[in-house]
Amino acid sequence: MKYIDEYRDRETVLALAEEIKRQSTKPIKLMEVCGGHTMSIQKFGLPYLLPETVELISGPGCPVCVTSRSYIDQAIAYSRLDDVIITTYGDLIRVPGSSSSLEQERANGANIQIVYSILDALKLAKANRDKKVVFLGIGFETTAPSSAAGIIQAQMAGINNFSVYSAHKVMPPAMATLIDEGVEIDGYIGPGHVSTITGSGIYMDIPKKFGLGVVISGFEPVDLMQSVLMLVKQIENDDQKVEIQYTRVVKPEGNVKAQETLDEVFEYGDDWWRGLGVLENSGLKIRAQYDKYNTEKILDVTVEPTKEPKGCLCGEILRGVKKPKDCKLFGNVCTPSNPIGACMVSSEGSCAAYYMYNR
Amino acid sequence: MEIKSILLGHGSGGKLSHDLIEKLFSKHFDNPILKQQSDSALFGVEGKHMAFTTDSFVVDPIFFPGGNIGKIAIAGTVNDLAVSGAIPKYLSCGFIIEEGFSYESLEQIVVTMAEEAKKAGVQIVTGDTKVVDKGKCDKVFINTSGLGFLDEKYKPISSGTGIRPGDKIIINGSIGDHGMSVMAARNDLNISADIKSDCACLNHMIADVLDQTTEVRFMRDATRGGLGTVISELVQNETYGIEIKENQLRIHEKVRGMCELLGFDPIHVANEGKVVLVVGKKDAQKAVEIMQQNEYGQQASIIGEITEDYKGKAWLETMIGGKRVIEMLSGQQLPRIC
Amino acid sequence: MCLSIPARIEEIDGDTANCSVGTATYNASLHLISHEELKVGDYVLIHTGFAIQKLDEEEAIETLKTFEEFKSLNESLDQEEKETNQRIV
Repeated sequence: MKYIDEYRDRETVLALAEEIKRQSTKPIKLMEVCGGHTMSIQKFGLPYLLPETVELISGPGCPVCVTSRSYIDQAIAYSRLDDVIITTYGDLIRVPGSSSSLEQERANGANIQIVYSILDALKLAKANRDKKVVFLGIGFETTAPSSAAGIIQAQMAGINNFSVYSAHKVMPPAMATLIDEGVEIDGYIGPGHVSTITGSGIYMDIPKKFGLGVVISGFEPVDLMQSVLMLVKQIENDDQKVEIQYTRVVKPEGNVKAQETLDEVFEYGDDWWRGLGVLENSGLKIRAQYDKYNTEKILDVTVEPTKEPKGCLCGEILRGVKKPKDCKLFGNVCTPSNPIGACMVSSEGSCAAYYMYNR
Repeated sequence: MEIKSILLGHGSGGKLSHDLIEKLFSKHFDNPILKQQSDSALFGVEGKHMAFTTDSFVVDPIFFPGGNIGKIAIAGTVNDLAVSGAIPKYLSCGFIIEEGFSYESLEQIVVTMAEEAKKAGVQIVTGDTKVVDKGKCDKVFINTSGLGFLDEKYKPISSGTGIRPGDKIIINGSIGDHGMSVMAARNDLNISADIKSDCACLNHMIADVLDQTTEVRFMRDATRGGLGTVISELVQNETYGIEIKENQLRIHEKVRGMCELLGFDPIHVANEGKVVLVVGKKDAQKAVEIMQQNEYGQQASIIGEITEDYKGKAWLETMIGGKRVIEMLSGQQLPRIC
Repeated sequence: MCLSIPARIEEIDGDTANCSVGTATYNASLHLISHEELKVGDYVLIHTGFAIQKLDEEEAIETLKTFEEFKSLNESLDQEEKETNQRIV
């Protein structure tokens, strides 16, 4: 398959690994912010190919992991209302809330449907005019424009039984906060598909303010290895900057049309991140003129008080200051089939990744 | 975890299914034959060794490219017997039919079952029919049970007690075809791909291998949970490890494309016509060649081996030379954005 | 985050493009991309049902070219290392 297979070429990956080994002299920690990168790194077994001097750590770029437990609780409360159909990406279905999960609620009779796209949710709304279709909007800058487009299309098509419950977030505040909080990393592997939408400008502060390099990377193994090499070179030469490895997709200006769509529907607001707390202007809220499509504005629910699991270190793990094995719950109480914390639920979460690799 | 109610994942063949079997069924039904925990129960009746198995089929949609629910109902049970080293002989079948289901469709399913049974050399000797109110089941569900005879020398095959380091792991062709065929045919994700299910009775091919070689140590059909589940189950007793080479796995381009779109790992996608064999080094290549003579084994190949190292772990050497662990799936794979 | 896959445009119909990954096809929305200049044979990234970017063929070729040069450089370095028995950075 074009644009996939050539970036999975074994010889190239091995040559890059060799070159990284040659160039890397001091021990460094690189954070891949994006959960999709974590997935690729796992799927292709890249850590096995890197020298001991290069350590990859996973950052807060898994939307499921950073979403609050109260969001899940509220989604569950919506699912218990009469005449509501909850539509969601598969990612959220098994995430534990305070006392239940969407999967559990579906087994109890709630109408919860997994969709591949918000457009599938719109189709459901069109076909079930007597039901209220709620779409759970999670994800970062890559995914948020599609939620915006969904709302605009609902308005144009006069679909009034459709709303979005948004937990959309943006990446840069989290990346800055991590360094502010003293997380020890030597460079960022920048999120490729977030940057596809935003362009590379959003990271300019990071080398300036914190002296760290950012290389915006693609998702295939050749991309990731080349990005590691670019960061190694930056660090070895003490020349930290923003670079784009993923040039076939990421443009400095990003996807302007998607940005405009996003801006039309969403505005920035403070938002809570697991492990990082409330970050200023890090969340995307639906603008007042689209209140009609904002689940929080049109459906009233009583949500149970949030109970965070005792002993769960997801927060520290997401900041990269603790490893999964430092957590007492890891591997015995908390496993992929019985996740306690969000990092174990998502296949791209650090704990799930660690469980798969190193158990 | 305490199970409060049954989730879809409990039927996915992955870790949740295992928990349910262990905590509920095995606990209450406990007996020495059940404890064998293999594809078929093996026991002796008046000096003859028998294999007995049962399976229920609820596939949606009931018709898909390459087969229908009736074809899987025969193939699934025949294969469960065959991978235990048995010669499948007699099948039962039970139908649960939804009120209003089309007679024509039912006939089509039954005709397929008859054809498939004939090809496999088994007879359907008893059956049952129940009809339930509309909405109480989805069109039609089928259960089949099967009985086969077993040569004593093949008894260790279903438990895999003869497996040792250096043995080769073989599969009879491409992976993921059935799971993706059904998912595409369901078309609720708007992805279209004309993928043919690999659904087939493998008993003749397996019998050929058993007849002409002496070192088959283990066999299992890689159905729900895919190749990955069979491999991760194999290393559970922690007496050896496994290494699989990803570049030896065959995956059709349509299946790959669909998996990429949905974020699925083909190694965990269901098959209905694939058997995983562990064969001693000496006979491995011969087993592959014998399988290649059969229409369902033309693409048979060695995909890995049993290792002395990393006991209890199954490693995949990835296509680019990296390494990762093959884990058992926790539930079903779901389309994801991440 | 953000699973997204390059897909080839097979057909454009207004705001929708029928795209193929391998030989699986999907109808992707073009609402998030300037699509006046998109044509059959172009590749786009698809995320949650939307095309979010056109693949830049020139850049892709350029990247691959670097890899080719890089591989041959690596091979020659390996050779040199072998000959001189010295590690070259």
